[in-house]
Amino acid sequence: MSDMTRLTVFKTYKLYVGGKFPRSESGRVYEVIDSKGNWLANAPLSSRKDARDAVVAARKAFGGWAGNTAYLRGQILYRVAEMLEGRREQFVREVADAEGLSKSKASAQVDAAIDRWVWYAGWTDKISQVVGGGNPVAGPFFNLSTPEPTGVVAVLAPQESSFLGLVSVIAPVIATGNTAVVIASEKSPLPALSLGEVLATSDLPGGVVNILSGRTAEIATPLAAHQDVNAIDLTGADEVLAKELEIAAADNLKRLLRPQPVDNPVNWAADPGTHRLTAFLETKTVWHPTGSLGASGSSY
Amino acid sequence: MASAFEYAPAPESRAVVDIAPSYGLFIDGEFAEAADGKVFKTVSPSTEEVLSEVAQAGEADVDRAVKAARKAFDKWSALPGAERAKYLFRIARIIQERSRELAVLETLDNGKPIKETRDVDLPLVAAHFFYYAGWADKLDHAGYGPNPRPLGVAGQVIPWNFPLLMLAWKIAPALATGNTVVLKPAETTPLSALFFADICRQAGLPKGVVNILPGYGDTGAAVVAHPDVNKVAFTGSTAVGKEIARTIAGTRKKLTLELGGKGANIVFDDAPIDQAVEGIVNGIFFNQGQVCCAGSRLLVQESIQDELLDSLKRRLSTLRLGDPLDKNTDIGAINSAEQLARITALADQGEAEGAERWSPPCELPSSGYWFAPTLFTGVTQAHTIARDEIFGPVLSVLTFRTPEEAVAKANNTPYGLSAGIWTEKGSRILAVANKLRAGVVWSNTFNKFDPTSPFGGYKESGFGREGGRHGLEAYLDV
Repeated sequence: MSDMTRLTVFKTYKLYVGGKFPRSESGRVYEVIDSKGNWLANAPLSSRKDARDAVVAARKAFGGWAGNTAYLRGQILYRVAEMLEGRREQFVREVADAEGLSKSKASAQVDAAIDRWVWYAGWTDKISQVVGGGNPVAGPFFNLSTPEPTGVVAVLAPQESSFLGLVSVIAPVIATGNTAVVIASEKSPLPALSLGEVLATSDLPGGVVNILSGRTAEIATPLAAHQDVNAIDLTGADEVLAKELEIAAADNLKRLLRPQPVDNPVNWAADPGTHRLTAFLETKTVWHPTGSLGASGSSY
Repeated sequence: MASAFEYAPAPESRAVVDIAPSYGLFIDGEFAEAADGKVFKTVSPSTEEVLSEVAQAGEADVDRAVKAARKAFDKWSALPGAERAKYLFRIARIIQERSRELAVLETLDNGKPIKETRDVDLPLVAAHFFYYAGWADKLDHAGYGPNPRPLGVAGQVIPWNFPLLMLAWKIAPALATGNTVVLKPAETTPLSALFFADICRQAGLPKGVVNILPGYGDTGAAVVAHPDVNKVAFTGSTAVGKEIARTIAGTRKKLTLELGGKGANIVFDDAPIDQAVEGIVNGIFFNQGQVCCAGSRLLVQESIQDELLDSLKRRLSTLRLGDPLDKNTDIGAINSAEQLARITALADQGEAEGAERWSPPCELPSSGYWFAPTLFTGVTQAHTIARDEIFGPVLSVLTFRTPEEAVAKANNTPYGLSAGIWTEKGSRILAVANKLRAGVVWSNTFNKFDPTSPFGGYKESGFGREGGRHGLEAYLDV
């Protein structure tokens, strides 16, 4: 053999929309660089049209995904974790490049992200009992409150934590039966775009998660104003953008998850609690008359 | 149709309530005039008689009330939950003691029948305070983590359709969780909130914990926009709800909204017709249809349309419209001239767009604001009266053939507050209820409320829940 080093095969990073891997319809890309300024890849620079296409895909997937049993959603989410584990080395490399971390620190991020995914996989068939239940109304009624997914959720992934943060905002949204249009970290979108490849091979129906890269504000603005988006997670927005998006979101009363204040940023390694699950749940309360078997008194 | 039964008048006595000729704002435990001296009149919608003259809060008053609430917050929130609970239990008990007085007052100021204020509004008001009183010292166990903290000052804006009940829905959970409140009642129904201020005084509630600011929309807007308000709770129209959401964008104020609706009441071919008719009547004529969760769209399966409508029309012909204080009255007055004009315009539009209008023979009193129970048939989903919230005694009738079509039509609205299902088949109830995008679903019943039962909407009917354990979240920093 010659001593020539083998030329590596670059990956073309593409969007993940409706279970497929399109380029941006705009044909635009932008340069993604590592923490030292070295070129890593060209990522799609998504347009408003890409955002709208992703909403169509997410809406189409919603009925089926929300209608699945919680058990099946848990199975599929766990399958995602299995696929992530298999691609662990790739994500460690991408996270190290993206966030300028040592290999061991990047490994810790990826391990935590996989564990986080497993954690949320287990929540799918438990949250209903934690936040729903029977209500002891003063009358002959069986009265039951049940959580249901809100619908299509636009998710502005955190800008800094390109993978652990990303997983921490996507998994809770879909665990409860919502579908998501995710805007990846603007400067570090590659782990997110690779996550799309994992999701595509994890039995997750196409359209449940849609991942867009590009300028956060450019993609988020049409999503916040979109009348077929039911909720928006503003985690990846700065305060100025968050305010603009909140105003636009009021038009159809989107449910909001506001970003943490700058002086109190999210610690993605901490126990996430349940608030990201409950932020995108509605409570449905159903009243059923119980009737009566007669006035004979106690039958115990 | 001649009435089968003639009823002698049976009016509830007005003597039980003593309405003063004028009322002030209730700020920091004292009644006071507005800073700019403005007042407005509140009238009885059934007679147009002026009941009282009420101070109208302006921005300076809002600021003073928020400061009072802020000042009271530290001590109130630091009280042991058990002590806050006892204040709320006291309030619940005093409401029970004064419930006849309050029922008559509410009927006078709102125009709704005494049998509703007496049998629905007031019992629910007392029950709501009693329920949330019990939560005050159990918040650690409510599922929001240990020692959940209150938000601070809650700015609350309530509507005129259930004045005292909406006050209870707002104030009881806010106080139980340790917040203090500034509440703006609706401009057409300020009196029961001012009587409530007196109940707070009787209960010995610390000054500034509850502040009541009567006024119009601009007063409400000032409460919402005040920079030292931490929580905004609003019940009212979807348009105003959206405006509030825009106003507080970029602040950290926690928001809950309970807004409009266009509830579908779905009647399947196997439904018990007589029960369904009672449910339909209750769904749209309770409180003159001025109910956000009213069953204002009747979706009836095509095969039973004629039978059901005959039955419904027969029933509507027996409804008694008139003096709200009469214990036999079913349909009272519309709350205001403005609301009457809106209902009239929408009903006229229904007719103009080609739907068929029907009302039972019904003599309307010569003074006051009245609208006969009205039913539209031949309504399609494109009609304005099938889409817009009318907030009056107007029912739009649509038909369907299959359960799938019923669900599709029921969900074909930007609203998502309530729905009803009438069928004898249990599995169909569960399957349909599962598919309806609405926060409250009544099966074989309608318009039932309970303090333990979370209430609130999907989609543009708002967000957050009032009632039950869920209702605590709106007032906790979680």
